[in-house]
Amino acid sequence: MKIWIEKQKHLIDFTLASLARRKGKNLGLLFIYGLLVFVLASVALYTHALRTEAQKVLAGTPEIVLQRLVAGRHDLIPPGYIEKIGRIRGVQKKEGRLWGYYYDSVVKANYTFMAPRNMQVARGEIIVGPALERSRGLAAGNGISFRSYSGELHTFIVADVLPQTSELVSADLVLMHEEDFRAFFKYPEGHVTDVALSVANPQEIKNVALKLMDALPDSRPILRDEVLRTYASVFDWREGIMLALLSAAILAFGIFAWEKAAGLSAEEKREIGILKAIGWETGDVIKMKFWEGLLISLLAFLLGYIAAYLHVFHFGSILFEPVLKGWAVLYPSFTLTPHIDGLQVATLFFFTVFPYTAAVLVPIWRAATTDPDTVMRG
Amino acid sequence: MLELTQIRKAFNQGKHNEYWALAGIDLAIPEKQVTALRGPSGSGKTTLLTILGCLARPTEGRVRLKGEDISGLPERFLTEIRRQTFGFIFQQFNLIRGLSAIENVVLPAYPTGRPRKELLEKAEALLADVNLGHRREAKVEWLSGGEQQRVAICRALINDPEVLIADEPTANLDTRLAGEFLGILEGLADKGRTIILTSHDPMVVESEIVNFIVTLRDGKIVEQ
Ligand SMILES: Nc1ncnc2c1ncn2[C@@H]1O[C@H](COP(=O)(O)OP(=O)(O)OP(=O)(O)O)[C@@H](O)[C@H]1O
Ligand SMILES: [Mg+2]
Repeated sequence: MKIWIEKQKHLIDFTLASLARRKGKNLGLLFIYGLLVFVLASVALYTHALRTEAQKVLAGTPEIVLQRLVAGRHDLIPPGYIEKIGRIRGVQKKEGRLWGYYYDSVVKANYTFMAPRNMQVARGEIIVGPALERSRGLAAGNGISFRSYSGELHTFIVADVLPQTSELVSADLVLMHEEDFRAFFKYPEGHVTDVALSVANPQEIKNVALKLMDALPDSRPILRDEVLRTYASVFDWREGIMLALLSAAILAFGIFAWEKAAGLSAEEKREIGILKAIGWETGDVIKMKFWEGLLISLLAFLLGYIAAYLHVFHFGSILFEPVLKGWAVLYPSFTLTPHIDGLQVATLFFFTVFPYTAAVLVPIWRAATTDPDTVMRG
Repeated sequence: MLELTQIRKAFNQGKHNEYWALAGIDLAIPEKQVTALRGPSGSGKTTLLTILGCLARPTEGRVRLKGEDISGLPERFLTEIRRQTFGFIFQQFNLIRGLSAIENVVLPAYPTGRPRKELLEKAEALLADVNLGHRREAKVEWLSGGEQQRVAICRALINDPEVLIADEPTANLDTRLAGEFLGILEGLADKGRTIILTSHDPMVVESEIVNFIVTLRDGKIVEQ
């Protein structure tokens, strides 16, 4: 056992020395390899984080949201409408919600203004999400004015900033008192934006929706599950495009690695011959090259993954923005919550490190099994 | 020490360019002696050396090492025998470029799993013996031909082999360096190593340190 460890130490020593000798070639390889891992890991981290984010968004939303349609378009819900729903079995709570979008021309971003039901905001005060805190440099106690759609200026005092649990949920939120909300948007008295219904039993959601359509033919119930599915398919579709591009990249990399490895230089072949002649077993040579491949791919993996992590969670995935963030119009600017998934890392590791190591070993194996007497002849 | 009986070696056997480089060799290499193989170019000296040193297997015939038949052993065992029993000095030295002298010297010992510290001490002592102690960290491609050969000698000795095998050891050296080489060889022979070498060089073959001369021609021994 001790001898075995000592042997591996020797092999690694030699591997490091021999890697250092071909610096240019190995750095080039490391770079391309790392780049591949970087792109793959970025996509994986990004889509995974988005999906988690979306789930968090929807987890806080009611099972059913009821909108009223006028001429096929979303319209306000007039007073008395909610009462018309009556009692439906399974519905635990129904309440009208007041919210709307506001375009801030100063920073060219959309905010969601909302008068919350579960939270008290004093008149003249607002509670803002982290995105506003950043873009407008707000902190508790500051004052801020918004020009309403009717042209008047409304000034609010920031009472608090929402915690940064999930940015997608709260980034662009501006919470205010109902009276302030109505005044700001000139929202008609008694009207609400939509109705939120909580249904405890997931099996009953469909039934409740059907009954709602019966009771209120001009309404459109939106089920949370459907939204979830839509999100999922949007993500999957985008991921699909990326993956298609990536598989092309992987293929190219495979060919590159194969060529690099298969085109063992005469020098390398000579070295393998020498090692065999002076008493290395075929297995020793292969192990040495295995360490070499493993070191390169591990290093590339680490570098690529770390770079991807920084890219996605600290630099807002700038490189992917055009492809992946078509929907960011809804959610102006946000930082994803850092998240690493073990299985995802394992998968990525398997699909990058394993093929390379294998691709390197095959030609080495061929070279290493040739007869050692060839070194006797220059 | 080493006994060959009816050794024949074919290259490209069964193909149109089949060539018998050795055509029936019977030879006994005495222990702790210096044996020189000579003969015209193409007579099969190197080929014979590869068989003696377990670098290659004969097509026909038997090789016995200390009485034990090793011609039928699988590759793995041959490698182990090669590592334990033989040290090689190649004509082109065959050092690994980019590595330092001392790293080259310890290479044959890696598969033995001996601790690195011990190996480095041993290698240092060997290099000092051939007056190369001060060049141990130099990359081998910066060394002169004579220095390279001395590194190669140290490498051949790191596993303390009983038999040293050298193919045309002086072919790349001038007379002075060849003389130095013979001096080193003499020291090794005196310490009781078995040495087998091939050479065209009369200076080597006719020197007094050589105890036995074997002359080859067309793959056969013509004089012994
Ligand atoms: N791998 C090979 N394939 C085919 N023929 C070979 C091979 N190796 C050697 N030979 C032939 O075998 C013969 C003996 O070669 P060997 O190298 O043993 O000669 P040598 O006596 O060492 O010659 P030199 O003095 O020039 O080194 C030569 O004719 C050579 O061409
Ligand atoms: Mg020869």
